Amino acid sequence: MSRSTQPSFGTGKLLRAALYAVLILFAVYYLLPLFVMLVNSVKTLDEIRGGNMMSFPEMFTFEPWLTAWSKAQIGVEPTGLSPYFINSIMMVVPAVAISTALGALNGYVLTKWRFPGDKIIFGLMLFACFIPFQIVLIPMARVLGMIGLAGTTSGLVLVHVVYGLGFTTLFFRNYYAAFPDELIKAAKMDGAGFWRTFTRILLPSSGPIIVVTVIWQFTNIWNDFLFGASFADFDSMPMTVALNNLVSSSTGVKEYNVHFAGAVLAALPTLIVYVVSGRYFVRGLMAGAVKG
Amino acid sequence: MQSSLPGKAQATLREVLPRLVLSPSLFLILLFVYGFIIYTGYLSLTDSRMLPSYELEGFGNYANLWGQRNWLIALQNLAIFGILYIAICSVLGLVLAILLDQKIRGEGILRPIYLYPMALSFIVTGTAWKWFLDPGLGLENTMHLWGWESFTFNWIKDRDMAIYTVVIAAVWQSSGFVMAMFLAGLRGIDNEILKAAQMDGASRWSLYTRIVIPQLRPVFLSAFVVLAHLAIKAYDLVIALTNGGPGRATELPATFMYSYTFTRNQMGVGASSAVIMLAMIASIIVPYLYSELRERR
Repeated sequence: MSRSTQPSFGTGKLLRAALYAVLILFAVYYLLPLFVMLVNSVKTLDEIRGGNMMSFPEMFTFEPWLTAWSKAQIGVEPTGLSPYFINSIMMVVPAVAISTALGALNGYVLTKWRFPGDKIIFGLMLFACFIPFQIVLIPMARVLGMIGLAGTTSGLVLVHVVYGLGFTTLFFRNYYAAFPDELIKAAKMDGAGFWRTFTRILLPSSGPIIVVTVIWQFTNIWNDFLFGASFADFDSMPMTVALNNLVSSSTGVKEYNVHFAGAVLAALPTLIVYVVSGRYFVRGLMAGAVKG
Repeated sequence: MQSSLPGKAQATLREVLPRLVLSPSLFLILLFVYGFIIYTGYLSLTDSRMLPSYELEGFGNYANLWGQRNWLIALQNLAIFGILYIAICSVLGLVLAILLDQKIRGEGILRPIYLYPMALSFIVTGTAWKWFLDPGLGLENTMHLWGWESFTFNWIKDRDMAIYTVVIAAVWQSSGFVMAMFLAGLRGIDNEILKAAQMDGASRWSLYTRIVIPQLRPVFLSAFVVLAHLAIKAYDLVIALTNGGPGRATELPATFMYSYTFTRNQMGVGASSAVIMLAMIASIIVPYLYSELRERR
């Protein structure tokens, strides 16, 4: 995004101050829920019940975080969220890697090795990005059962690869479409084949789009709830499903501070990625809206 | 595919290899997307209950579906939620983008703050907002403690108002994203036109209403398509925020499909509701993708 050269509203100082006030007010609005979660995750339960959600803790405690991580009752055993955090990682890493690699190859073929009907194939893949997943839940459950992947992390990896393919292909296709065809032609002239052209010419300059795609896939798969809730069992449950179980079905006393610590734990990986590489995250979102 | 050139084998390989590379993905998409759509479509015409049955029985499930009060509630909720969600996100996104586009110092800090909710899981968002909106713990309680005793805000417990709390949380999550889309659109507008108009003495207001906003039409369209399809698919947020309640007050098509298929053992009805959801999304997405792909060439 280039710097603004739009005509600006305020020359008047007062108007300018009002403008900043409004903008800061909105920043507060967006930050407030995160603030509430963080502040209340380090309070004791008594203080939460009796006190104000906006106030800082009188007695700082790290106990809720420890409970959320390793002691809270989620399944049968009081294991905390840590095993599910690991489940999510075991699911996300291969799913992101495979779907990104396939997307890169698809994008390469669809732009540089075009053949009759390739646009229809791309259209089919593109539409697949937007389907409501309710339409595939029933057959997917049966297929996973048939191939012996029901309730496993591998099954979830398969699901996320399949339904991420459309987006990864879209990202790479749009990126490679802008890559000069002359360079490809020259390489082909020099006798470089399909793979060499890809690994020597395209791949070295694919850094930015790989980052965009990896971040997009990571965020989507980490945050997925529907597939996790539908296809995982207790041993393969991802973090989002475990968090929902913790928050909604804990019997007895509702430990709000533990819930918040858990919610922040579930949000942490994607938040860190966002803070570290927000620029690429935004690019992915934009590309996801098709307009590049 | 035919070539009569010498070195035929190699030439064929050259031609086939790219298609070969594409074929696993194509196979996956055809089977897991289109094959599954056909399968679910077929199930919707059978008397499947707890398990799939392959006995065709016509459109009974659809008739059944449209006679279900829960389905009508889900559709009505989707209409309320969808319209408000799209409208508020668009207006808020546009206003924020225009305000941010006034050579703001600290834009680099503000922009990511507006956008970060988009990186969160809806389950996290739901957890935070459920609490924030809870009368006994959240905003209402805080206002009471701050001395505003008569303040009430119990929508999340109120059957008639609960769906609006879903709107509040969803807008919080998505509006920053719409802002980013509009901001990118604003930065893409040709400045010469604006300068010329300014020279002609156009006021700032008319500059925006007559020139800038009309030029953002494609962004409005993209935002509409993205938000509409997110609204139709909305599931996680409702589960985490209200779990469809109180009662069935925040039922949406996605939650309806899930509960009929997997907990009420009415798979045929569930499948038919999924088909309707797909039809709704397709009616928005297909024309959009079609025009997008045509423009490119």
